[in-house]
Amino acid sequence: MDAILAQLLNGLDKGAAYALIALGLTLVFGTLGVVNFAHGALFMLGAFCAVAFRQFITTETVTIDETQLSPWGTPLEVRTPMAEQWFGDWAPFLIDYSVPISIVLAIPFMLLVGIAMERGLIKHFYKRSHAEQILVTFGLAIVLQELVKTFFGPNPWPQPIPSDFRGAADVGAWFGMQAGAVTYPLWRLVYLLFAGVILGAVFAFLRFTTFGMVVRAGMADRETVGLLGINIDRRFTIMFGIAAVVAGLAGVMYTPLLPPNYNLGMDFLVLSFVVVVVGGMGSLPGAVAAGFLLGILQSFASMTQIKALIPGIDQIIIYFVAVVILLVRPRGLLGRRGVMEG
Amino acid sequence: MSDFKRRYGRRRVIQGGLAGILATGVSPLILSRGAWAQEFCNAPTGDTVTLGFNVPQTGAYADEGADELRAYELAVEHLNGEGDGGLIPHFSSDTLTGNGILGKRVEYVTGDTQTQSDPARESARRMIERDGAVMITGGSSSGVAVAVQSLCQDMGIIFMSALTHSNDTTGKDKRRYGFRHFFNAYQSGVGLGPQLGQAYGNQRRAYHLTADYTWGWTQEESMIAATEALGWETVEAVRTPVGAGDFSQYITPVLNSGADVLILNHYGFDGVNSLTQAVQFGLKDRQANGQDFQLVLPLVSDLMAAGAGEAMQGVYGTSNWYWSQPDEASQAFTASFGARWGSPPSQAAHTSYVQTLLYADAVERAGTFYPPEVIRALEDFEFDGMGNGPTLYRGSDHQCFKDVLVVQGKETPSNQYDLLEVVSTASRESVTYDPEIFGGELGPYEPNMCA
Repeated sequence: MDAILAQLLNGLDKGAAYALIALGLTLVFGTLGVVNFAHGALFMLGAFCAVAFRQFITTETVTIDETQLSPWGTPLEVRTPMAEQWFGDWAPFLIDYSVPISIVLAIPFMLLVGIAMERGLIKHFYKRSHAEQILVTFGLAIVLQELVKTFFGPNPWPQPIPSDFRGAADVGAWFGMQAGAVTYPLWRLVYLLFAGVILGAVFAFLRFTTFGMVVRAGMADRETVGLLGINIDRRFTIMFGIAAVVAGLAGVMYTPLLPPNYNLGMDFLVLSFVVVVVGGMGSLPGAVAAGFLLGILQSFASMTQIKALIPGIDQIIIYFVAVVILLVRPRGLLGRRGVMEG
Repeated sequence: MSDFKRRYGRRRVIQGGLAGILATGVSPLILSRGAWAQEFCNAPTGDTVTLGFNVPQTGAYADEGADELRAYELAVEHLNGEGDGGLIPHFSSDTLTGNGILGKRVEYVTGDTQTQSDPARESARRMIERDGAVMITGGSSSGVAVAVQSLCQDMGIIFMSALTHSNDTTGKDKRRYGFRHFFNAYQSGVGLGPQLGQAYGNQRRAYHLTADYTWGWTQEESMIAATEALGWETVEAVRTPVGAGDFSQYITPVLNSGADVLILNHYGFDGVNSLTQAVQFGLKDRQANGQDFQLVLPLVSDLMAAGAGEAMQGVYGTSNWYWSQPDEASQAFTASFGARWGSPPSQAAHTSYVQTLLYADAVERAGTFYPPEVIRALEDFEFDGMGNGPTLYRGSDHQCFKDVLVVQGKETPSNQYDLLEVVSTASRESVTYDPEIFGGELGPYEPNMCA
């Protein structure tokens, strides 16, 4: 029981990341009809917002102290963090909480990137085939990757968990189990909670605001909404920006779990694309449900008992499910009738 | 007897003929000792010689690759007589004078292995065919080393491997043209076992997470042999993909496995990620079977310790070399590298530097770049002054034998580089083994012509 709870938590935690990225991917497909292969790069850009903020906040001045020697015998380089001069007593807090604080930077940055991407490039490909859209967005992803590689290098950038959230929570005790039976990293629980909040906020925005209502109407019948005199294109552009923000925020909060490098987006893109296909292209609930489902399946497939039965299953389970879904139900679990069918 | 007979008699003709044969046939061999100029791949003809440095500049072991490249550049500077000479004045062989190799100035080309076998082979092939590299060196990753070593054997180019730790590199996959200064997984197990027994007792249950390739397999095998010899039980050994990044789904089952030790047969970024994530899961603070849960990282570098930060504190492992070793040679190398690059050298940097010097010295002692002669100069070569104490390059498998360092993550580092503490040393004798146990065939000396 305790083993199952631990794997379930791990699956939810993995699924949260998949669902956040897949939500944006399917939102763009549902509104603009574009298969955006640059969406993973947006996740990566968000992660690098956290890296950039930490780089800024930990900027140091270097002075040479001739009176002291380094371990290898040269005059010692004394490094002084600039944050202390800039922010005084707040500096240690800002450095400790650099990851969650960088959300403030990531929201406007990702919104801007999303809108620029849609207006500058993707809108010119609305009437082209999906194959051409995939090619151009894939190319864009490579450009973004190489830009990040140029500025930040090829290697991962570890980001710290804020000190209050290091260590593990005794989750088993919450469910009346023996103390220490199921412990789970606090930050992973924070990520799960954060994902829940973001997913809830997006759904509430689409469900309970006029803007969201118009967007949903546009997703159902774009031409009719346009005939009513509503500028649906502008709203869809904003939705593209919101999808970029969601991917970016998912990336920011993921950095303490996996040090980001320029290739992070590609690793997640393939998984998220599979999630969208399984959930149903253009279906928001489908993307979320499939994200969590595949995360849980992947986690359980990594259990020793399962791997003993089917060696290597942990590596292929997601793709195996995708193949089965495409064969049995091509429109995905919650996809609209007709999409991806025939 | 006529004048003609006196002048051209049988004896004189034979004597003259013999002298002629000697003059035309033998003397050129004497005069051109070591001049196999056109008979081997990339024979240096001008006043320079090119070495190929094939390191991971991207991928799971990119940190090590970057440090290896720094060390190679330093080695080239020292071979060409620039800088403070580094280890050259301390090396027991005195052939290196700062005049390049055999009087030829050393130049180099670099490649990115991407920490993957196929790109590594392509990169090595490019350096051999396009750039004319006469020797290839680099790592990290045993998968890469085994693949490139095999290519080098096929092309007739010597491969001086850098960071590769699998038993297979100088075991079942050994090659006549491949040489390893770095220690191996078997030696880690033999070195680390007694320390683990002393620290954690002999009633332990170990769970292994293992990188799923040649190095991980042999590391796991060696650690299981070493810990079971102590009386430990192996609960489970689970293979994980290289570069997995997120190991959480593999760590979660450890919690309820009944194990009280987690042995992470991971290296580079994988080692940093799995160790950090294991600590995030609370394994260091956990109790199991009435004992404190322990983490072990059998192969540790200071680069990994820096990446893992606090997670590394108290964790045992082994190292080929560590920059704060007190011997004169180690201190000289640390000073030289630190002055040049602003940080102490890693074990990957050290082995890369040493391998470059060992190749240069072998060429000097052989008096030629001709690979079979250089190989013979390296085989069973006994040396000192490279920071590892007296060392033997064993001829039967091309593995170096020297002391192995058992290290532990420092609880209270005095500076940002003071991350590991050498807690014991396994002697060269204790880590020496019969080459037959790992099998393999070295293959022929005769070189192929770049094909």
